[in-house]
Amino acid sequence: MSMPEPERRERERAGRSCAAPQLRADPSAKMCARGVDVYYGDKHAIKSVDLDIVSDEVTALIGPSGCGKSTFLRCFNRMNDTIPRCRVSGSITLDGEDIHAPDMDVVQLRARVGMVFQKPNPFPKSIYENVAYGPRIHGLASRRVEFDGIVERSLLRAGLWDEVKDRLGEPGTALSGGQQQRLCIARAIAVDPEVVLMDEPCSALDPIATARIEELIYELRGRYAIAIVTHNMQQAARVSQRTAFFHLGELIEYGATDEIFTNPRQQRTSDYITGRYG
Amino acid sequence: MTDPDSRARWSAPALRARLARRHAAERRFRRLGAAAIVTAMASLALLLASIVWNGHGAFRAAEIRLDIAFPEAAFDAADPRDPVAFETALARADTAALLRDALRALFPEAQSRRDVRALQALVSSGARGALRDALRADPSLLGRSASLWLPADDEVDLFLRGRIARQTPEAERRLSDLQIAWIEQLEAAQRLRRHWNTRFFTSGDSREPELAGVWGAAVGSFLTLLVALGLVFPVGVAAAIYLEEFAPRTRWTDVVEVNINNLAAVPSIVFGLLGLAVFLNTFQLPRSAPLVGGMTLALMTLPTIIITGRAAIQAVPPSIREAARGIGASPVQVVGHHVLPLAMPGILTGTIIGMARALGETAPLLMIGMVAFIVDVPSSFTDAATVLPVQIYLWADSPERAFVEKTSGAVLVLIVFLILMNATAIVLRKRFEGRT
Repeated sequence: MSMPEPERRERERAGRSCAAPQLRADPSAKMCARGVDVYYGDKHAIKSVDLDIVSDEVTALIGPSGCGKSTFLRCFNRMNDTIPRCRVSGSITLDGEDIHAPDMDVVQLRARVGMVFQKPNPFPKSIYENVAYGPRIHGLASRRVEFDGIVERSLLRAGLWDEVKDRLGEPGTALSGGQQQRLCIARAIAVDPEVVLMDEPCSALDPIATARIEELIYELRGRYAIAIVTHNMQQAARVSQRTAFFHLGELIEYGATDEIFTNPRQQRTSDYITGRYG
Repeated sequence: MTDPDSRARWSAPALRARLARRHAAERRFRRLGAAAIVTAMASLALLLASIVWNGHGAFRAAEIRLDIAFPEAAFDAADPRDPVAFETALARADTAALLRDALRALFPEAQSRRDVRALQALVSSGARGALRDALRADPSLLGRSASLWLPADDEVDLFLRGRIARQTPEAERRLSDLQIAWIEQLEAAQRLRRHWNTRFFTSGDSREPELAGVWGAAVGSFLTLLVALGLVFPVGVAAAIYLEEFAPRTRWTDVVEVNINNLAAVPSIVFGLLGLAVFLNTFQLPRSAPLVGGMTLALMTLPTIIITGRAAIQAVPPSIREAARGIGASPVQVVGHHVLPLAMPGILTGTIIGMARALGETAPLLMIGMVAFIVDVPSSFTDAATVLPVQIYLWADSPERAFVEKTSGAVLVLIVFLILMNATAIVLRKRFEGRT
């Protein structure tokens, strides 16, 4: 969708490097956000946030409801583009390339930066088709054997293969909620993304399914840079290496998960993680 | 929970009375709903019953069995193996004379010219064509004589069904006493029967009720709807997709939306006037043609299809779009691979409902000349044609009594078409829903 005004501003900032005063430049940073602002009409939803998503690590975004975590996460693969009246400004880079640059194709960006949504949303097609869809539209495979290989590998990585290998032709929507979410993860990783964004992937699941997804995130960590939005403090502590605490659209604190949870520097962070509000 | 206080509170008379009123209101509402359904079903049943009662007669027609001689002389002694000469001979032959001879052989007492004419009036003018058809089907009849069932006049049919009362003074009925006597003799000789009326389903319109059929109008309707569907489906679906998925929300799209909604409420005859002014007068397209009829009906149904199409597209869960976008599908792929297949059942239902409405539409077609009296069955999109509802209108306007039942018969045919279309809609919807 066209958003000429913010895009123009984006280009002006495109020259800015990852190095920002507040945050030490991290050589392993896969994606860097610098001075990102998001507006919904007149509402200033995200206020000048700097944040890195680091390879081989899980970055958790926590904060009370409505603080803008999901909105911010969706900036990384430009999913906010499709929301009318939503404007994004600031610089976000993927391997140093500005994702808002005119030569950055949003379709390809989303193949490199995959996404898993809050509610499991498999396509109403077969399990096989759900996983093969991404590779098919991006032309990553052409022969049936190649697709078979991708489907099997992705489902194996998503820990779903053993449960569905005999019924790949059944509709993805017929699976249980937890299985559907793992199918969505398989679908996202089938195109071999570099970054996987997860927007509260367990909030619609029961504790057992949640545990499986958490295990899965832990296993996938070595392969992709992962950013996860979660409401569940324990989950953030369990799966992530870095945590960013958001409040009212501002990034209050960002650092190693251990430090945030044991020794927060900000009063608001400590109030939130000890359950005083949220 | 069970403390006496709360029990006392909930069993207070005021609350009990209130509860009783709520239950009464619900019962009342249920009864009203059931009554509404019963009323609707009863009026539908009444309507159908009256149409069937009036129309079933159209499906049978009276026939007279006559022993016809085919002397070779009457056909220029033409050789049936030479198709051209044979066809010319058939066209030239005085088949009316053959019929007259056969009738006079049965009733030798009819001598005066007036009596002979009255006798001939018992047989339909279509019998001459039937004789030719019989010869074409079996050329070996030439030089022999054969006993053939031939169409009787519509008055004979009415008499056989008791629609012409004998008590009526002779001057006020269409059959004379003499003719009635002949009919009774024919009946006694088992030369009269009422038989399944194939002609009604295979021929075009006619001035003679016993020869008139709905096939011409049915083909006209089919061709017209084909044109309308071919135009309206791609345009309507494309417009709905564009407005729902691609168009930016601006004042212009609001204006377009309001106008589409307004167009859906415009009386259909206005579209007829538009078709007359634009298609006929400006573009000089052929009058009375299914092509123009289809274009006019396409204009009429376009808003309906856009509106139902948009509703169907809106009903596709946004999460599916997000999922497709999140994996990197381009906007066109999101629509083509995910939104459209999921919206298709709704779009098809809307389209078929729109087409069913177009099938029953008369007014706009009157404007573009599809109300003409057309005997030939149309064979192309530019042939002059009429459609079923206009045929019904034409027959309802005809003075011959026998057209009354033809009208109801045509209504029945139209209803069968509508039921078929709706059944198709249901089948298609089920199939699409099963696939996804």
